[in-house]
Amino acid sequence: MSGSVRRHLLAIEGMQPSEILSLLDLAENYALLNRSGKTQRDLLRGRTLINLFFEDSTRTRTSFELAGKRLGADVINMAVATSSVNKGETLLDTAATLNAMHCDLLVVRHGQSGAPSLLARKVDAAVINAGDGTHEHPTQALLDALTIRRRKGRIAGLTVAICGDITHSRVARSNIHLLGALGARVRVIGPPTLIPAEIGRLGVEVFHDTPAGLAGADVVMALRLQTERMVRGLVPSAREYFRFWGLDADKLAAARADALVMHPGPMNRGVEIDSAIADDPVRSVIKEQVEMGVAVRMAVLDALARSARRHAA
Amino acid sequence: MPPEPPPLVFTSVRLLDPASGLDAPGELLVRGGRIADLGPGPHARPEGAMVVDGAGAVLCPGLVDMRVALGEPGFEYRETLDSAAAAAAAGGITTLAALPDSRPAIDDPALVHFLRMRGEATGSLTVLPYGALTRGCRGEEMAELGLLREAGAVAFTDGARTIGPARLMQRALAYARALGARIVQHPEEPSLAEGGAATSGELATRLGLPAIPACAEAMQVARDIRLAELTGGAVHFAHVSTGEALGLIRAAKARGLPVTCDTAPPYFDLNETAIGDFRTYAKLSPPLRGEADRLAVVAALADGTIDAIASDHQPRDADDKRLPFAQAAPGGAGLATLLGVTLAQVHGGALDLARALGLLTAAPASLLAAEAGRLARGAPADLCLFAPERAWRVAAGALAGKAQNTPFDGRALEGVVSGTWKAGRRVFG
Repeated sequence: MSGSVRRHLLAIEGMQPSEILSLLDLAENYALLNRSGKTQRDLLRGRTLINLFFEDSTRTRTSFELAGKRLGADVINMAVATSSVNKGETLLDTAATLNAMHCDLLVVRHGQSGAPSLLARKVDAAVINAGDGTHEHPTQALLDALTIRRRKGRIAGLTVAICGDITHSRVARSNIHLLGALGARVRVIGPPTLIPAEIGRLGVEVFHDTPAGLAGADVVMALRLQTERMVRGLVPSAREYFRFWGLDADKLAAARADALVMHPGPMNRGVEIDSAIADDPVRSVIKEQVEMGVAVRMAVLDALARSARRHAA
Repeated sequence: MPPEPPPLVFTSVRLLDPASGLDAPGELLVRGGRIADLGPGPHARPEGAMVVDGAGAVLCPGLVDMRVALGEPGFEYRETLDSAAAAAAAGGITTLAALPDSRPAIDDPALVHFLRMRGEATGSLTVLPYGALTRGCRGEEMAELGLLREAGAVAFTDGARTIGPARLMQRALAYARALGARIVQHPEEPSLAEGGAATSGELATRLGLPAIPACAEAMQVARDIRLAELTGGAVHFAHVSTGEALGLIRAAKARGLPVTCDTAPPYFDLNETAIGDFRTYAKLSPPLRGEADRLAVVAALADGTIDAIASDHQPRDADDKRLPFAQAAPGGAGLATLLGVTLAQVHGGALDLARALGLLTAAPASLLAAEAGRLARGAPADLCLFAPERAWRVAAGALAGKAQNTPFDGRALEGVVSGTWKAGRRVFG
């Protein structure tokens, strides 16, 4: 799983900064191409991309679908509700089926950490992790980095505050690894029940007080709080959460005046982010994140297809 | 019954009996399934005797494994008693204590008899059944401990399930005390352990796995030590894996409380990094710990805090393990590697050979009150012959027996069992 001959994209952890930067550069080109309205439909012509989603997702699945189609791939969506996994078929039976279909690129989202690694050991296709349990969501971190770099011109030296449910967030983990690798200072902010005690070992600073954590931040990322966390007693209520950890104008005043506000979506307005902040036309780059998502996924599909060709040669 | 085998003489062996401290070159004579004589030799060769030339290898008592989950009854797809017996023989094990959380659970005297008889039928293994502490090992009402004991249950436990409610544990300890039996506990505070797949720490955080704090073990141990003190009942903690719990056990022993414990090879040979990249064969219960805890287990083996080493054999088949990590069944196969992984501590200098073998023979036999684990005139001729320096490599898929879910896949070990004898009959090698 090293450098230029990477077969799969399973995690940001372990990637070299040079590898991340070359993906971001490639994605930058695709962002320009997308804005110009052109496509490159010859690049993945004749290749099959399967979106295998064991968890609901509209945004990520659509983004991969669009990326694949813009590069000319045949894109098939397999959702858990319609697949045989519900009929007791195991993940590895699914892998065997996909092998028989000669799938080239397999995009996997699964509720269990490590499920894409398990599949990657058994399928011939290049596997792209589209979010696994509470482990990683590599393309989200790449699109976040691309968005930041376009707005701020750099990653190194920036202070990035990630707010909310860190324990259960694959987005947070991938971002911590990626931003750290590129030289940003990363902070995490949230209630003690939603921050793993050992997160500091990943090179981040931990804050439980939101304004203190936001002080001087160049970038503020809010994370989605799933309502089941409240059911499980990790936070007492949505309104208490919003009072102390929800992003609103008051708390955000501690960050730099030109701080970017980001969210991986879908948002719980009034829980982790106030609508006025989410919709702020100057600070919020949430829509741009979605746009960059397509460009980043095109870059990832392109790079893995090239790598597969080199493996075949 | 097959006919009485001819007398058997072992020559050129290093006789090693941890119980008596014997460690010397010599010979050993077996007659009628029992050890007739042993010593420096040479002995008179009885007529028609078979001779085994040990070529300097160690001859020690057959190993006594005090914690084994058999697939039988109920999980024969994982392991049958016959396949477990084959694995045990290959590992030099001639006596094992079988956990009761099978399907059905061993909560009825007839099932205790059944397991003992199934063991005898293998011809190579004594099976000592644990009795279920609660009916169905469900953790609710107490099973018929007196009747189970009468049928031959060696102690009481709910197997891999922690005995949770304090009141249940209190009553179990008090009641079993009158029966002269221990309560064997899987020490993990249940509400902290629920749903966990790895030990809390940096690695679990990186991998995004639900985690169990290491102190879940010490918390359960602390409570049960207190209940043992309250009731006078004897508690035995299985597969202890943390320095904190071992510290509590060490202190309880110093106070003279009826507390004992064992550990299993993964906890002194591996640490949490073995699960890196979601390796489900290294998913165990309790989970593999950090390096500091592994070192604490090694120290507790050396200083006598740990009374015995057990394999904690938990057979699983590929379908139990080829799942995303948190969904995969915990547990590792351990019969074939029990001796080799223990000897790694001898080769590494943490234990001397006699002490290591004592933890695998006389000590567990004493905890189980079993007539086993000794080289002595009149003792059953359950024997293990092994070459301590010979190297081999553990390979999942090539182990004796059915269960191949070893957490030690690829591990290079020194110490090869070249022969195992049960009541004087060769059952391996």
